[in-house]
Amino acid sequence: MKKINKIKINGKFIKIKDKTTLLTLIKKLKIPIKKVAIELNQTIVNKKSLGKIKIKKNDKIEIVHFIGGG
Amino acid sequence: MKKSDNLIIARKKYKSRLIVGTGKYKSMSECAKAIKLSGAEIVTVAVRRVNIVDKNKPLLMDYINPKKITYLPNTAGCFTSDEALRTLRLAREIGGWKLVKLEVLGDKKTLFPDMIETLKSTKILTKEGFKVMVYCTDDPLMAKKLEDVGACAIMPLAAPIGSGLGIQNYTNIKIIRNQTKLPLIIDAGLGQASDATIAMELGCDGVLINTAIAQAKNPFQMAIAMKHAVLAGRNSYFSGRIKKQTFAEASSPTKGII
Repeated sequence: MKKINKIKINGKFIKIKDKTTLLTLIKKLKIPIKKVAIELNQTIVNKKSLGKIKIKKNDKIEIVHFIGGG
Repeated sequence: MKKSDNLIIARKKYKSRLIVGTGKYKSMSECAKAIKLSGAEIVTVAVRRVNIVDKNKPLLMDYINPKKITYLPNTAGCFTSDEALRTLRLAREIGGWKLVKLEVLGDKKTLFPDMIETLKSTKILTKEGFKVMVYCTDDPLMAKKLEDVGACAIMPLAAPIGSGLGIQNYTNIKIIRNQTKLPLIIDAGLGQASDATIAMELGCDGVLINTAIAQAKNPFQMAIAMKHAVLAGRNSYFSGRIKKQTFAEASSPTKGII
């Protein structure tokens, strides 16, 4: 059985399979990559390298976009 | 007034001197329509978490095309330099935005900017290649310091954010106008069209309005009013107004009265 990791994304805990890449996760969540910015453990991730980054246990991911504001 | 009276920020020209915020609207379509009616070419936007649960929620970019309207990422809601820097670095990452609006708040009740944190952040962001439009108090000395560290526009408040009180300190705004060649844009606190006209009559280069349009009973009508108010104020500023005097001076000739 594959190892399952608990991670935090946008403040919510989720469980994902071990060795899942950021790209796989973002595609699974149906997030439009071009319209967001991604942080992994408080460091901005270059969107071109999403496929190379494997998510580890307890990683904290933030995905942000633009919304209405003053 | 020159034939082409453009607002120039960080070497880019804009025809409209009205910048509008995209918050507090009932819906995104209402926001998009108000922007269109206002004629604004720059809109402020906030950086927030994507809703990963409800993915069908509409996106701002689906309503307001960033290729047609300049998005001005704003750090509204940030209370420290670190938070503001993190927010704007993320904003840049979304799509290469370098023109940003810095807002580091210092007090939850007044939402006045913390000028020490603001100055610190302006310096860092400028060094990182950002073009920073800075929300600030109407203090001429702080405005000068912001200019010295590389701000690309000075944006003093008229009154507390969302208060609708209009410009409280005409003198300071005039002093800042006289001391800076940078774009001077009144940010926050305007309530009605005449407030925008006054800002422009004081010589400001533009105004930023969100609540006054978004929360008006008829945001569309207010968007149109603000558009005209800015133009009226700008024309008035350049027209060379008459001198004020205590006593009357008849408008009709006294000669030939029957």
